[in-house]
Amino acid sequence: MLSRTAEKLFWIARHMERAENMARLLEVGARISLLPTVQGYRSEWDSLLQASGTADGFARKYGDPVARNIESYLFFDRDNPSSVASCLTHARENARIVRTALTTQVWDALNIAFQELGQLERTPRSELELTRLTDWVTRTAAVVRGAIMATLLRNDGFDFLNLGYALERADATARLIDVKYYVLLPRVEFVGSGLDNYQWMTLLRALSLHRAFHWSYAGDITARKIADFLILNPQNPRALITSTEAINAALDRIALAYGRQTESQTRARAMMSTLSGADVEQIFDEGMHDFISRFIGDVALLSGQIWEDYLTGDVR
Amino acid sequence: MFEGDDVRPPYARLQDWTKGMPDGLRHMKQAEAEALFRRIGITFAVYGEGGDPDRLIPFDMFPRVFTAGEWQRLDRGIKQRARALNAFLVDIYGRGEIVRAGRIPGHLVYRNAAFEKAVVGVVPPKGVYSHIVGIDLVRTGPDDFFVLEDNCRTPSGVSYMLENREIMMRMFPDLFRENRIEPVDSYPALLRRTLASVAPMKCRGEPTIVLLTPGHFNSAYYEHSFLADMMGVELVEGQDLFVEGEYVWMRTTEGPKRVDVIYRRIDDAFIDPLCFRPDSMLGVPGLMDVYRSGGVNICSCPGAGVADDKAVYTYVPEMVRFYLGEEPILKNVPTWQCARPDELSYVLEHLDELVVKEVHGSGGYGMLVGPKASKGQIEAFRGRIISNPGNYIAQPTLALSTTPTFVEEGVAPRHVDLRPYCLVGDRVELVPGGLTRVALTEGSLVVNSSQGGGVKDTWVLAE
Repeated sequence: MLSRTAEKLFWIARHMERAENMARLLEVGARISLLPTVQGYRSEWDSLLQASGTADGFARKYGDPVARNIESYLFFDRDNPSSVASCLTHARENARIVRTALTTQVWDALNIAFQELGQLERTPRSELELTRLTDWVTRTAAVVRGAIMATLLRNDGFDFLNLGYALERADATARLIDVKYYVLLPRVEFVGSGLDNYQWMTLLRALSLHRAFHWSYAGDITARKIADFLILNPQNPRALITSTEAINAALDRIALAYGRQTESQTRARAMMSTLSGADVEQIFDEGMHDFISRFIGDVALLSGQIWEDYLTGDVR
Repeated sequence: MFEGDDVRPPYARLQDWTKGMPDGLRHMKQAEAEALFRRIGITFAVYGEGGDPDRLIPFDMFPRVFTAGEWQRLDRGIKQRARALNAFLVDIYGRGEIVRAGRIPGHLVYRNAAFEKAVVGVVPPKGVYSHIVGIDLVRTGPDDFFVLEDNCRTPSGVSYMLENREIMMRMFPDLFRENRIEPVDSYPALLRRTLASVAPMKCRGEPTIVLLTPGHFNSAYYEHSFLADMMGVELVEGQDLFVEGEYVWMRTTEGPKRVDVIYRRIDDAFIDPLCFRPDSMLGVPGLMDVYRSGGVNICSCPGAGVADDKAVYTYVPEMVRFYLGEEPILKNVPTWQCARPDELSYVLEHLDELVVKEVHGSGGYGMLVGPKASKGQIEAFRGRIISNPGNYIAQPTLALSTTPTFVEEGVAPRHVDLRPYCLVGDRVELVPGGLTRVALTEGSLVVNSSQGGGVKDTWVLAE
C-alpha cells in the first residue's frame, strides 16, 4: 500500500487512542477532585497535566491549574495538540485523506464523531457535565474500533491501524503508571499506605479496570499486585505486555505479507522478551520509574524504526 | 416537462407521485437526503472562502427523465462528438491536416494557451488524447439538443451522478419498482476498463492504474477518492510518485511499485515542474519524459484542453464532417467570436440579449448574462470585451427547457443542463445517464454549483 496511506492509518489509530486516554485521564481528575486528600486538590490536577505531557503548554496559557481551565485545555483546546478535540479532528482529517483505505462504516463512525464534536463545542459549557463528555469519547472510540474490527479488510492497512492503537496504548499505560509513581506519590514513606492504594485504585478506575482487577486478584489491593496487573498480566487488555504482544502480532503479519523482516520486528521482539522474562519483584528492585522510563524510550525508538522501515516511502 | 398544456408522457407517472406526496413527507425526505449526503461526506469543499468548509450541493429530489428513444439519439451524438474531438487532437499534434485544409484557423490551434508543444509528435496509446469527455448539453425543444461546451481534460461531477442515484434508490425504492430505469452504476468499472485499455507501450501484463489528485484541500477531493475507491486503484498525490530510469514509481510500504496509467485530476500546468510550472508542488518531476517515451500513459493527455476551448468549440461540427465524414448529430449553439471585428460589433450592439463568456473561463465565473444584467454590469463588461476581444465569445440565450423541481411552494419549472460522461479507450462507451444541474433560482440560467446551482438524478427509461 502507499506509504502515505499507511502513515495516515497509523496516525488515525494513534489519535483515536490518544483521545480516549485523554478522556480517561479527565475522568480520574474529576474523581479525585470529589474526595479530600492529604496533598490537596491542586496538585492532583497538576499531576494530570504532567501525566498527559501537557503541563508546560497549559502553564503558558492559563498559569495556575484551575479545574475548569484544565477541562477546557484537555478536552476542547485546539492549541493543545493532544486535546480530545485536536485528536478527533486529526483522526477525521486523516481519514478523509485515506477514505479509500476505510470502509463506509469506519468513515461514518469517524465523521459522525467529528460532527458531534462540533455540536458539543457549540453547547454552553455550563450545560456540559464532564462525565457526559468523557463517556461520549469512550463510546465514540469504541464505535470506531468496532467498525474497524467488524468491517475492514484484514490487509496491511488493518495491521498499520492495529500497530498505531497498540503503540499508543503501550505508551499511555506506561505514562499513567509513571505518573502514579513519580508525580502523585513523591515521598517513599507513603508506599503501601492508604493514600498509595487509593491512588492505585483511581488509576484502575481511569482505565475502566477496577472490577477486572478484583476478578483477577481476589483480596487485598497492594502496589505489587496492581503493578503486576498493569505491566505483566496478559489478561489485562491495557497492560504493557498485552500492548507489546499486539505490536508484535501486527508487525509479524506485515512481515509475513511482505515476505520481508525489518529492524522493527527485532526491536519489538526484544521488548517482548524483556517483559515476559520480568517479574514484579525485579521491577520494584530495579526501581519502577527506571523500568517504565526505559519502556517509554523503547516505544519511541520503535515508532521511529517503523517510520523508517515502512512509512517514509524510501524503502528499497 | 410540458408539451403544450399536456404533461410529457415520461413525466406523467412522476406527476401523480408528487401529487400524492404530502408536504410533511417531502420535507422529511429532503432532510433525510441532506443528512445522507453529509454523512457519506459528499461535500463540495470550499476552503479559504470562509463559511462552511464542507458545503452541500443542493439536491433536488425530482428526477429528470429521458425516454429510451431520446437517449439513443443523444448517445450516438455524444459518441460521435467524442470521436471527432480525439481525431482532432491526434491530428493537430501530428500532421495538422485540418489546419492545412483551411477548415480551422491555425492561430486558434497553435497559439492556443492550452496547446502543449511538449506533446507534439506523441501518439498516445490507441490514439486517444481525451479519455473522459464531458459534454454539456441543453435542450430547447422535444428533439433539439445543443452542446454548450466540451470538457476534454478532467470533467468533474460524475460522483454526483452515481451518488444521486444511490440516494434516490435508498429514499424512494417504490419509484424504481414502478419505473424501468437504466442503471448507471457500471461507470467505475467502465472507467477502469477504459484506463486499462490504454496502457502504455512498455507496460507488461496487468497495468497498474492510479488516480492523481491535488490533495484533500481540492474542492473535488471527494470525487477523486470516491472514484479511486470504486475502481480499486490507489489515490496518489504528486509526492507519492517519482521518476527513476524509464518509469514512474509510487512509494509503497513494500518499496517502489511501477505505475502504468495515471488518471490525473490535476491541471496540465501542474503535471511536471520540469516541463511546465516550475513552482508546482503537485506534480512529478520528469513525468513528461517518461510519458513521451511510452513508459506511462497520462489520462487525459496533457494538451487535450486545446479541443475544449470555447473558441475552438465553434469548429467541432466541422471536425465531425472532416474526420468522420458524417453530419453532426448534436448542434452547436450559434456563437459569435469577439476576435472577429464584424462579430464583435454585433455582440457589442446586442449585449443585453446575449450570454458572453470568457474563452478559458469555467464555473460560471467571468460571464455576462445579458437579459439578467443591470445597465451598469453591461457597461462594465463592455469595457472588458473591448480591451481584450479575443478573450470572449457570445451566444444567444436559448429557450432552454425546464424540468419540474421541488421549490418552497411545491413543484415549479427550473432551467437545467446535462453533462454525460463519454469514455474513450479501445471502445467508446457511455452509461445511460449523466449529471443534471439545475438553476434553483427562478428564471436563472446559471446552473454551476459555485453559483448556487443544484443537482438532480437523471433517468433514462428502458424500452
